[in-house]
Formats: sequence, C-alpha cells, structure tokens
Amino acid sequence: MSTTDSRSPGASGDANPASTGLVGQGRGPAGWDHLFGEEHHALRRSIRDWVTRELRPHVQAWEDAEWVPSSVFRRLGETGFAATPYPVELGGQGGDHLTDAIWTEEIARSGSGGLAAALSAPTTIATPPILKFGTPEQQERWVPPVLRGERVAALAITEPGTGSDVAGILTRAERVEGGFRVNGEKCFITGGVRAQHYVTAVRTTQDGGHDGISFLVVERGPEPEGAEDDPALLGADRGDGISASPIEKLGWHASDTALVSFQDVFVPEDHLLGELHGGFKLIMANFGWERLSMALGAVAGMDLAFEQTCAYVAQRRAFGRRIADFQGTRWALAEIGMEIEAARSLTYETLRRHVAGEQVIREVSMAKLQTQRTAVDVIDRCLQLHGGAGYTKEQGLERAWRDARLGPIGGGTDEIMKDVIGRLMGC
Amino acid sequence: MRRSEEREHRVATEQVPKPDHAAPGRHPIFTDEHEAMRLEIRRFVETELAPHADEWEETTFPDSVFRRLGELGFLGLSYPEEYGGQGGDYAYNLVFAEELARSHSGGLVMGVAVHTDMANPPIRMLGTHEQKLRYLVPAMRGEKIACLGITEPDAGSDVAGIKTTAVRDGDAFVVNGSKVFITNGHRADYIVLVTKTDPDAGYGGFSLFIVDMDSPGIVRERRLEKAGMHASDTALLSFTDVRVPAENLLGEEGKGFYHIMWELQGERLIGAVGAVASADLLIERTLRYAQERQAFGRPIGKFQGIRWKFAEMATRVEAARQLNYETARRVMAGEYPVREISMAKLYASRIACEVADECLQIHGGNGYMREYGIERAWRDLRLNRIGAGTDETLLEYIGRSYGI
Repeated sequence: MSTTDSRSPGASGDANPASTGLVGQGRGPAGWDHLFGEEHHALRRSIRDWVTRELRPHVQAWEDAEWVPSSVFRRLGETGFAATPYPVELGGQGGDHLTDAIWTEEIARSGSGGLAAALSAPTTIATPPILKFGTPEQQERWVPPVLRGERVAALAITEPGTGSDVAGILTRAERVEGGFRVNGEKCFITGGVRAQHYVTAVRTTQDGGHDGISFLVVERGPEPEGAEDDPALLGADRGDGISASPIEKLGWHASDTALVSFQDVFVPEDHLLGELHGGFKLIMANFGWERLSMALGAVAGMDLAFEQTCAYVAQRRAFGRRIADFQGTRWALAEIGMEIEAARSLTYETLRRHVAGEQVIREVSMAKLQTQRTAVDVIDRCLQLHGGAGYTKEQGLERAWRDARLGPIGGGTDEIMKDVIGRLMGC
Repeated sequence: MRRSEEREHRVATEQVPKPDHAAPGRHPIFTDEHEAMRLEIRRFVETELAPHADEWEETTFPDSVFRRLGELGFLGLSYPEEYGGQGGDYAYNLVFAEELARSHSGGLVMGVAVHTDMANPPIRMLGTHEQKLRYLVPAMRGEKIACLGITEPDAGSDVAGIKTTAVRDGDAFVVNGSKVFITNGHRADYIVLVTKTDPDAGYGGFSLFIVDMDSPGIVRERRLEKAGMHASDTALLSFTDVRVPAENLLGEEGKGFYHIMWELQGERLIGAVGAVASADLLIERTLRYAQERQAFGRPIGKFQGIRWKFAEMATRVEAARQLNYETARRVMAGEYPVREISMAKLYASRIACEVADECLQIHGGNGYMREYGIERAWRDLRLNRIGAGTDETLLEYIGRSYGI
C-alpha cells in the first residue's frame, strides 16, 4: 500500500463509489475472485442475458396465468443452464455447485420466485436423488429427459399432515406382485401438475418413524393429446390413479404448486430408488444444497430489489428534492446494503466450503435462516421506499415481497433451522 | 417433530466437525502459521492477562503488559522486520485481536489496539525512516506507548470540525488545543496528533504530527470516568504552546485529514473483528452456563426457547464474522473497501451489543452480578457503537457510498 491509498470517505462527504463497485448497485458477486473465475463470469453473463431477453418480458403474463409454458422448459433444456452440475454422460456439463449457484442466482433475477422455482425444481431438488442413489438404468431413464426439459420431475415429500417433520409421512406403499401399490396425498409439490414423474417419499413399513420410509419414482401415464399447457387436462387422472390440482398461494404464482393424490397407483419394483426403508437418507442428502441454493437465491433477489430501489430514489422527487437526498433514505439504503453484504458473505463462504467438500450443516442452516428472514425484511424496506408505487404490480416489488415470504417456511422452516443450529451447539 | 429433529441432529453431528478456526473450515485468509500463532497468543492471554482482568478494572492495566507483549513479538506481528516487527500479513492482526479478546477485559483490548492498530499504523505507512527508528522500533518492543489524538471536546465523528491548531514557527510548529477521550492518554510516550495547519484550506488544512508527550505545554488532565472499559486509561489532554519540531510532521502537510481517514479504516475493521470475538466468547460462556444451570427440572439450555436464542445469536455472529473476513480478504488483496469496512464495523458492533444483552438475560440475576463478567462485557461492548465512528456516521458513509 502507499500513501495514495489515503483517500477519504468523508472528503466530500462521500465514500469513493468507484472503488467499491457499481454506482447505485450492490457489489454483487464481482470481487469474489477467490470463488468465481473467468469462466464463471462468462456463464453468469450468458444466463443473465438469457433471463433478461427471454424470460423477463413474459414474467408478468406467466404470473397472471399461474403457469409457465412447457416450451420454456424445453428452451431451458437447450441452453443447459440448469443442468451444469450433472455429468456429461447424462446430458449435463460436468460442472459443480459453483455453476449451479450461478444459475440459482441469475434465475432469481427473473424477479419471479415462482418462475425460478418452476424451472429449478426438476434439476435442483427432484433429480439429485436419482443421480445420487439411482442405478445406472434409473439414471439413464430419468435424468437426461429432465435435463433436456422434455420431462418435468417433481419431488414429493410434504403431505397435508406433515411438513418439516418427515417422520410423519402417511403415504404408504404396499408390496404387491411385481412392485408396490401407493396410496396417499402429497401437497405443495412444485411442478406437481406438469410432472411426468414424482420422486416420492412413501411409508413402506407398518410402524412409524424414519426407518420405514422409502423412495419410489412414480410415473404418470402418457400425456393426453394437446394437454401440454392445460393444467386441468394435465392434472386429471389418466387412468393411472394419479391426479393433481393447483394450490393457490400468497406468492410464487408462476409456479405450478400442486396437491397430488395417489389412489391404488401401481409402481414397478425397479422404480424403488435407493434402499428399501432407506429413504430418510435420500431426504437428508440434498437438504444441504437445497437450503444453500435458497440462500443464494435470496441474496440475488435482494440485490435485484436493492438496485431497483437505488434507481427509484434517485429519480423520485418529494418536498423539492430527490428522496435520495433525505438522510432517512440514505440510512435506509445503508441498512439494506449492509444486510445484503452480511448475508452474501455468510452464504458465499458457506458455498466455498460446501464446494470444497466440507460438511457444513451448521453453516448452511445459518445461511438459510439468516438470508430468508433478511430477504423478507430487506424487500419490505425496498417496497416502503417506493411508496405507493411499491404497492403496485408494475414495479414488481410487491411480487418480490410476497415471493420472499416463502423463504422462512420452505426448505425447512426458520424454527427447524434454529433447532438444528441450537442442537449442534449442544443445547 | 422431535424424532425428525433428533435424527437430523444425529446425522448432522456425526458428520460435522465442531466449529474450530484451526479446522479445514477456516477462512482462506488464515494459514497454519496463523493458527500456530493463534495458539501461542491464546496461551499467553489466558495465563498472563485473563487472570488479572478483575483487578485491572480497578487499577487499569499496567504498562508492563506492553513490554511483555513486545518481548513476545505480539505488538508488531504485521510490522516490517526492519523496524522490529515480525513482517507478517494483515491476517495476523485479526488473529491477535481475536485472541486478545480472551483477556475478558475490553479496556485492555482497547488500550493495546490503539497502540497496534490505530496510532502506529500511520507511522508505518507515512513515517520517515528516522521517525520509524525513533518511534516504531521502541513501540514494537513495548517500551514506548502510543496514543492517537483525533477527538476534541467539540469534534468527534465530524473529524473536519477539529480545532487544535499547529502554526509554523521557524523549524517547529506550535500546537494549541485539546483532545478528549484519548485512550492511553495518561501512559503514552507519544501521540499521533491531528491538527489544523491551515484554517482556510478546508479538508486540505489538516496535518498529523508525532508529539512526544513529555513536551512542555502538554497537560494530561482528568482521567475520565466511563460506563465501561474501566481497565483502559482515558484522558483529556490540553496543549498550550507546545513546540513540535517540523521533522515530527507525519505524512504530508495538508494531507492530515486523508491520512486519518485511512487510519480509521483499519481501526474500524479491527474493532469489528474484536466485537465478533467478544460475542463468540460471550456465547461460549453463556452456553456453558445454560448447560449447567437447572430450572424446572432440566438445564435451561434444553428449553427450546433458550436453544433458539443461541441459534439466533450464533447465526448473526457468523454473518458478522464472514463479512469481516471477506472485507479483510479484500484489504489484503490491496483493495480499499471503505463501504464494506463501514458495514462490517456497524454490523459487528450492533450484534455484539445484542449478544451481550441476550447473554446477560440468559444468565438471569447472575448476569447482572459482577462476578460473572457478563455485565462488564455488556458495558464494555456498548462503546463499539460509538467509538471509531458512531453507528450514525457509518450509516451516513454507507448511504452516501452508493453515489445516488
């Protein structure tokens, strides 16, 4: 360092914006060079460009329709953006969790939590169990078509009577000739109406508890002609004993979130995923990444809302000046920026360690807890700074605000996170 | 729910190494050498400092602490070997700050940090070879103690409001004015002093001097009484026609404001790191307490409400820690991340105060008693939100940094 470093944050009352990132923006992932290399930046630019050109213009329409056209899934499959961490043999790109993190962050910048969930769920939560526990035949059958976006997969664990407490699963699979017969209901299933198969947690023993859970890949019958984007037709029983109906929600409108019911559904023996009664392991295996990706998405979502808010306060005038010129606004921006940087620091350091192969359950739980609550808070403040405009659909903030509220609930509630962390501390 | 949690917990604990800075999970700014030094410092702090924490609350800590730290090489971990330092990188300062917190004496931590991370860095950065020989070399040995004179009775966070003047007179400057809240002010051998050398030049009218504290005209006035930080000596100093040789000008004449703003960045970051370390220790102690203390038939830590308090505290502290480390990483990479330093200091200070309050609460009546040391931490940490730039000043810097 030299004396030329002696610049002042107070010389003109300003810190040096040129030294600290883009004016009016959070620093974003730029500067995390120990984590992301040039190829990552290039991937990020490609995805951002695609999201901006091909998704953002349609987001409101898809939100209103509460449906994303199936063609978008196929288009995503062509780009390969959601499939980067999968092996090349199965149609992926042999990337790692860093490339997946970039996808997660950039799809969050679509500004629609529902769209992000719809497009990510097949590769981020529904297919990892097949990759990790499936036989080569199962992988060959159920991974490549999902990566190509030709087939949508859904993870089906939660039930009307049980959420975070997976031991309470009631959907049961009875042994029958050549396979299983499945009865029960699954709810809050992302992609549930459109899915062509469900990676489903079922009870395979009489008595309760974790040791009686298994995973079956439950396939739907052939899609009716012309049903591609018709939720009612898609959801109806196709003679396979499966029916799915959309659930209306506070946010995540573009996401197809369904109640799925199984009535005497026959599932062949070779659709058992992993060991019989060994399903709890499958549930646990992907929790870490699911939660970490939620943290990444929340930080990216906050970045987006913050950038938008910085732009808004710079032009909106009140009482004879820009609202950015009020100290109250400046301090609000400072609080928001600080919360985002703290959330990002925790998330990225956890990501770094996760990618390095460390077991970071404590840190992942912390990142998930910290970021989801912070996002609700930060986006609420951003909405507030927009005044009445923030409350309108046009600005997109009310959507972000509603979408963010799922964060402290999905993927393990705040309360579960706190219990995990507290117990790890010895309480 | 319970069985699921327990199972998840079991899976988690079987796989997770306990949080440990020396484990592979440490932040990439730290190496094995840092961790070896950490253990060395920790041993010293636990055996030679912590046992005296209570006593020093009454008497302030003795000057001999500086000499002992100097002997062990801890005062100059990141200073050049040429001037008696150890030549390490900035991460050693973090290690030192974190381990020094184990003294459980906020006042001691502050007194030492003023020496290692506030008053002397400008000499290392801006000083001439002669100045470094004369001041840094004995400072590294703990034979000379430094203090830093910025704040005045009428100017705190608003550094530009400083009124102490230094007027050129031949080959010297004549200094008049007063400085307040000066940590180490009574014991210091020299002060790095912020003065106004040109009243008409605005921000360009300030200059720094290294002033020997035995110079005629310096009066060390009251020892100030404080809410906390009792182990530190805090002075009101007055300067009346103090002649300071021109060769004691530090850095460039007229650049003092910018020099001191640079200094404040280091002060803030080390303060943030110290705050997190203190919060860690509070949580650690309180956790032990909660595991032993029984109420309604079980250890209070086994109540879900208390467990959640720990989870929330640890989570926020972890966020603060990672913001600190990432910011330190950028500083070490040669960046000057003023915004993030301000964020780190603001965030960590607030969280440390909240943690201290929550830990006091978990201790119940015992927390309110001196014996447990929690009330002291509660009082001591409150200063973090005021010193080195108040919360409000930092919010203003950060808010303005977006250039909107």
